[in-house]
Amino acid sequence: MMKDMMAGFELFQPADVETALDLLDRYGDRGWRLAGGYDSLDWLKNRGKGPTAVIDLEGIDELRGIRETSDGIEIGALTTLTEVETNGLIQERFSLLADAARHVASPQIRNAGTLGGNLCQDTRCWYYRYGVKCYRAGGNTCYAAAPEAMNREHAVFGASRCVAVTPSDCAPAVVALDAQMVVRNRRGQRVINAADFFMEPSVDIRRMTVLEPEDLLVAIRLPNAWANASFYFEKVADRNVWDFPLVNVAAAFRMDGSTVADARIVCGAVQCIPRRARSAERLVRGQTRSDQVATSAGAAAVQGAEPLAFNQFKVPLMQNLVKRAVQGA
Amino acid sequence: MSDSDLSGFGPAGTTRGLPTAMAAAQAPEIILADARSTSWSRRDFIKGIVASGATVAGLSYFGAGCTTPLPAQTAGGVERLISLDVNGQTRRVDVLPGETLAMTLRYKLGLTGTKLGCDRAECGACTVLIGGVTHYSCSTLTHRVRGREITTVEGLAGPNGELHPVQQAFVAELSPQCGFCTPGQVMAAVALLDRNPNPTREEARVAMSGNLCRCGAYHNYLDGVMRAAREA
Repeated sequence: MMKDMMAGFELFQPADVETALDLLDRYGDRGWRLAGGYDSLDWLKNRGKGPTAVIDLEGIDELRGIRETSDGIEIGALTTLTEVETNGLIQERFSLLADAARHVASPQIRNAGTLGGNLCQDTRCWYYRYGVKCYRAGGNTCYAAAPEAMNREHAVFGASRCVAVTPSDCAPAVVALDAQMVVRNRRGQRVINAADFFMEPSVDIRRMTVLEPEDLLVAIRLPNAWANASFYFEKVADRNVWDFPLVNVAAAFRMDGSTVADARIVCGAVQCIPRRARSAERLVRGQTRSDQVATSAGAAAVQGAEPLAFNQFKVPLMQNLVKRAVQGA
Repeated sequence: MSDSDLSGFGPAGTTRGLPTAMAAAQAPEIILADARSTSWSRRDFIKGIVASGATVAGLSYFGAGCTTPLPAQTAGGVERLISLDVNGQTRRVDVLPGETLAMTLRYKLGLTGTKLGCDRAECGACTVLIGGVTHYSCSTLTHRVRGREITTVEGLAGPNGELHPVQQAFVAELSPQCGFCTPGQVMAAVALLDRNPNPTREEARVAMSGNLCRCGAYHNYLDGVMRAAREA
């Protein structure tokens, strides 16, 4: 296979959203949205994807920046992870997201990588990335679920033909914060709850989000409802830098005195979408955050897990991460 | 670099350019007969093989990036002839839409201090500064950095060619072992000290964490960063 050198494509560098939307509309699924670009260039160098037109969003200033709104803050989709990590407003009110951004990849990747790109990134399943015709690539088999397949990093929940997982560190955080995703195309704008933004393979096996080829994620809104809640983020990966999570957890607890008024506990890398541990959330609501409650929440979170041949370890790992999130340890 | 490099230097590249010479090389008697009749020495012949093989290898290596078919241009695509601000100089250069900054720096501008390791944003050898911030140049499209201030390791030297304090500290602490990752490590350290002149060792460790060192000289590099911070 030819590696390293990208196949030819046409490069567009629009300066405003309207031009970008026109281009996305014109090229449809032959167009490619380039945000930070590091993962995109891997796809193109490996010839895993072959777009006709690459639409570089870098020059669109209106997609960048962190603004305060009447009911929260709005983060432009092209805001870099370094900015998300270091922004005072996010650190002060939604430190969960700053914490998640800090755990992504390496410093250089965070300098280039964007929040929108991190949320929309494709799965890391290496059978799929290797370029085989699996279900996700339009074929009719899953290589990662075959009896001899190496599937240590794959799903323990919600597999439907495809066993790939979401690799994002920020995705569980935005779901836990009840964020809203602002999506535009040429016909207009729609606002989608973060929990409904990610795509299950049972609904559409070919993509990771609800974005259609002509759609552009323009901003992420964090409503004040979860501002200054008690947060917990933890990521477990094989390496401290660069690596994608084996399991991560993002949790938010709104406290009423010493009891939990409301909770969001979301795990990444266990399912194709960030997985809300709803039974654990129900269990901690109205309780104090004791070790006992935490232990039961952990056990509840992994009920119904269906591990593959090599990823059983993810079940106790997720159980312990949820437990630690509830303990706040 | 993987397949493209190997195909350039391996039998594929040579065979493509010199099928008859290859066949001859596999049959020594014929070479000697040829050499006598054309009064070529064996040494001349082998020199010829090596030289033309190298040319072919070079062509296939660089050509792979340059000859990929491009779709017909339509209005709105980027102009290929652009100006880059590299190490304080304006450089005019013809850049393909899919060309990475590392390729432009190394193979068009001759700035080979920037190394290509993995070419996948996974090692840090290609780290350069764009607007004072570290980026992997192997995974940055050159067209993206038009008008941005690009600094490579060549741009760190003082007016009389003296080494940058980080480089001096790396020398004093024997930070590099094989040296391949060093330009990237230098750039990461320079960016850190510009932003935070007195980092703790832990802050330095985080700032340098996007640069791999196959020799494992991480502590030596950290010693170098801390010395540069003390002495700068």
